Amino acid sequence: MDSQSKTDWKWLFKMAWRDSRRSKSRLFLFISSIIIGIAALVAINSFSDNLKDDINSQAKELLGADLELGSNDSTFNYGLVDTLAHEVSYENSFASMVFFPKNQESRLVDVRALEGDFPYYGKIETEPANAEATFRDGERKALVDQSVMIQFDVEVGDSIRIGLVNFKIEGSLISSPSQSLGATLVAPAVYIPLKYLDDTELIQKGSRVYYRRFYKFTDPPEGFDIEAQIREDSDTLRIQDISSETIEERKEETGETFDDLADFLNLVAFVALLLGCVGVASAVHIYIKDKIRSVAILRCLGASGKDTFLIYLIQIGAAGFIGSFLGALAGTFIQTILPKVFGEFLPVEVNIALSWPSILGGLLTGIFVSILFALAPLVSVRKASPLITLRGIEADNNALKDKLKWLIYVGILLFVIVFAFIQIGSLGDSVVFTLFIAFSFGFLALVARFSMWLVKRFFPASWSYIWRQSLANLYRPNNQTSVLIASIGLGTALITTLYFIQALLISQVEITTDNDRPNLMVFDIQSHQVEELAELTKSYDLPVLQQVPVVTMRIESINGLTLEDVVSDTTEDNRRRSSPYRREWRVTYRDSLIESEKIVRGEITKPNNIDELPQVSLEDEYAKRNKIEIGDTIVWNVQGVPISTTLGSTREIDWERVQTNFLGLFPSGVLEQAPQFHVLITRVKDVEEGALFQREVVKNYPNVSVIDVGLILNTLDNILSKISFVIRFMALFSILTGLLVLVSSVILSKFQRIKESVLLRTMGASKRQIFSINSLEYFFLGSLASLSGIILSLLASWGLAYFTFNSTFVPDLLPIVLVYISITSITILIGLANSRGIVSKPPLEVLRSEIQ
Amino acid sequence: MPNILEVSQLSKTYQSGTKALTVLSDISFSIEPGDKLSIVGSSGSGKTTLLGLCAGLDRASSGSVILNGTKLDSLNEDERARVRNLHVGFVFQNFQLLPTLTALENIMVPMELRGEKGIKDRAMDLLARVGLAERHDHYPTQLSGGEQQRISIARAFSNRPKILFADEPTGNLDEETSVKIESLLFDLNRELGTTLVLVTHDNELAKKTDRVIQLKGGRIISNSLNQALEV
Repeated sequence: MDSQSKTDWKWLFKMAWRDSRRSKSRLFLFISSIIIGIAALVAINSFSDNLKDDINSQAKELLGADLELGSNDSTFNYGLVDTLAHEVSYENSFASMVFFPKNQESRLVDVRALEGDFPYYGKIETEPANAEATFRDGERKALVDQSVMIQFDVEVGDSIRIGLVNFKIEGSLISSPSQSLGATLVAPAVYIPLKYLDDTELIQKGSRVYYRRFYKFTDPPEGFDIEAQIREDSDTLRIQDISSETIEERKEETGETFDDLADFLNLVAFVALLLGCVGVASAVHIYIKDKIRSVAILRCLGASGKDTFLIYLIQIGAAGFIGSFLGALAGTFIQTILPKVFGEFLPVEVNIALSWPSILGGLLTGIFVSILFALAPLVSVRKASPLITLRGIEADNNALKDKLKWLIYVGILLFVIVFAFIQIGSLGDSVVFTLFIAFSFGFLALVARFSMWLVKRFFPASWSYIWRQSLANLYRPNNQTSVLIASIGLGTALITTLYFIQALLISQVEITTDNDRPNLMVFDIQSHQVEELAELTKSYDLPVLQQVPVVTMRIESINGLTLEDVVSDTTEDNRRRSSPYRREWRVTYRDSLIESEKIVRGEITKPNNIDELPQVSLEDEYAKRNKIEIGDTIVWNVQGVPISTTLGSTREIDWERVQTNFLGLFPSGVLEQAPQFHVLITRVKDVEEGALFQREVVKNYPNVSVIDVGLILNTLDNILSKISFVIRFMALFSILTGLLVLVSSVILSKFQRIKESVLLRTMGASKRQIFSINSLEYFFLGSLASLSGIILSLLASWGLAYFTFNSTFVPDLLPIVLVYISITSITILIGLANSRGIVSKPPLEVLRSEIQ
Repeated sequence: MPNILEVSQLSKTYQSGTKALTVLSDISFSIEPGDKLSIVGSSGSGKTTLLGLCAGLDRASSGSVILNGTKLDSLNEDERARVRNLHVGFVFQNFQLLPTLTALENIMVPMELRGEKGIKDRAMDLLARVGLAERHDHYPTQLSGGEQQRISIARAFSNRPKILFADEPTGNLDEETSVKIESLLFDLNRELGTTLVLVTHDNELAKKTDRVIQLKGGRIISNSLNQALEV
């Protein structure tokens, strides 16, 4: 007896192995559900690991220098660098229209006039590769962004006119340090030698030029730490409005961006894994149901509840290990494809290497989730009564009374919250995510129960036998209604939600390209050019939708406090308030609101007398964020002239509209004499009309720039389609897992139906009748599951649209119908493929091979 | 010599909705070691329920069962399982072999559960004793009903039980096979000195035991030594 009180692990492993010999295919089915989820996790984690390593090892190449300083003031000075031996490069950049004589086209670009050997680390990537060196050989040569060259069909050797100077295109620019995707979107880069900048005559007083200097410290003193020095001097730099970036900062920034991306992708992989877990739980549920008689026999022969439980736990743990191992293997392979999937989004060249932490993490996660999700159905083994051997029926164990089961459910909830938290980093969002998953399960369980009750309550007794039999299968003992509705329903919900959200994001872009919206912005118009440009616009039959003056200025003080005062006050609150001082304000003046604005506080008024300070208006959120209250005195520096104002009102602004919106608004009668430029907004019907108009504008007014919103949206659409490819690629994991869960659920459920079908065959049912009964049963199950899943996805998509994307979700009927038809058809097809063996073989053969 | 099984004032009631269904009422009897007892009665008379209670497969609503000196009512399910493993053998109408284990492994399980070593030879001996030595690596689905029952008997005797419970051991078999199984059961019982409790419909089989308890409506209507029965 003593030998029994201790756990004989050797025997347990032996029994687990013996029992699994004839159940291998079934065990494989359940592990298959987690393979894809683990593969996705391992692939993404390995990829991020490699990416992090590469960002670290290529950190210098990301910035191209040891230090980058920048300012709007060409004379800026940071004393420290003069005390160190260094090399320096200068880059003056500004937005300007360029003109391609070859095809008479023009476009807004970011002109970067460069002098020096920047980048000191890494290189400006060009085609041909040596162009980055040869364009600096003293001639009038330029490097032009690759996308622009493709867009305007220009080639290396063609020319580009910038201001008054023609440059030879030496090469196409593929990438350079400090070039962000966002900047490229509006104004792609064109590099020219700095010494030709004056010849272009584009830089005049008041031009908006950004001056960058790149430093390489050739002989830094021992122990010199540029990071620490910059931190120490941060206030001084801030007051002088000098921005700085070091290698470490760039590395962190790049790392953080890709951490966010990796977290999002991990969440998608987690959804696939979660779906696999549902597959595990439903497969183990059916598996254990099949094994319950063996459990009862073992109990009869004297095995303890714990021993029998452990036998199956070992089996599931081992299967989970094999599944995770295969998943990790697949994941390691998939990570080699990811650099191609992400393509140009990657900041550095990613070297593929084995990431042992990711592989180990995947293995452990796989084993853990397979055991955790298998536990709920598995614990019922402990309570299996040996009486089943005599009675042949399972004693009615009320599952809900088992405290351990509740504990497991809580464990699962906690696991999902913790795992989601690790990925999202927000506890609130993780709880919402988990609660929605739990709600989905509850909803699907309710749908299953309600459907069973409904069919039973209103059973169509007058219908033909085949209909009655297939309908009755939904609620009779051993029915698979709950399991299949839960697994297929959740799979459908996840996949459909992903589809809806993608469609929502794409439709948001389409809204901005809507036919009635403005799509061409002409800016940098000098005051004397306003009338002429309006005439030119009208002569092209284009409407002048908006014409506004813009004055650039800075804030000198708010309620008497200057930037120095605010910066020297080190409390966290005041630090935040320094932002209004640091920005260059572009404001307009008028006495009324436009359609994208709404007054939130105060009112717009004109000064009544000369002594009264003019009342300005700020965006409401901005004013709140920076603690500027109605009545506060704001002194502006309008290009050297101080103008005192008070805050008279705050406005809510709809920034999504393509039109000129302003954070700050002056009343008329104050800024009319200040140096200013004007913006004109119109709408062109098509690309050709836009190009024609732009060409004419650039030809007559070289100082004027044009933003073609249509062109930006085309580029944005291009980028979005690349992003949606990444999302679709990740969704593929969920879809494949969903299909596998569906296949394994249906295959495993076959064992529940087989005996009955064979009995019907024995009693003379024809193949056609069995086929019809099975088809109808799977049709009902597929329909219920897919419809419930669609309802859940509509709810989830609405929630995401409303709360996350601030948008309205209007579902399309067509995809809903398509999802319903495809999920239901797949369920029927897989179900029928499974029962084919039953109808085509003699009943006895089936009984002997399948029933145990 | 103390009784191997003592049953006193045993009752079993099932709750069916709001109704209580009594399937066994006030059952008392005892068996001495080595005795052969049969429990007979029509379907629904409570035979199988009584067997289940005596073997510790279920718990009584009232009354007590003492098996080999151990009072089963006070034990939990795992403790009863240990008693079964040490002292009890089972033969079922539906054989109840583990479908994923070979014939030999099925016989070895009760001994393995006791933690015994060198059990393969004993299992092979038992297999040879029931005439299926050559089928040792066959799975249950590869054996006929009679063969499965012979394996089941070999398994039942593998842990040298003090008492063997047999529930309709020939109920699923043809007449010729039944005769072979019966003689195998009685022969092994005699050789190993095991007590036998047999549930059966078969009067002829019951006549081969020392004593017969007849149940009707959950009550004992006769408890006699080897007498003719009126079922």
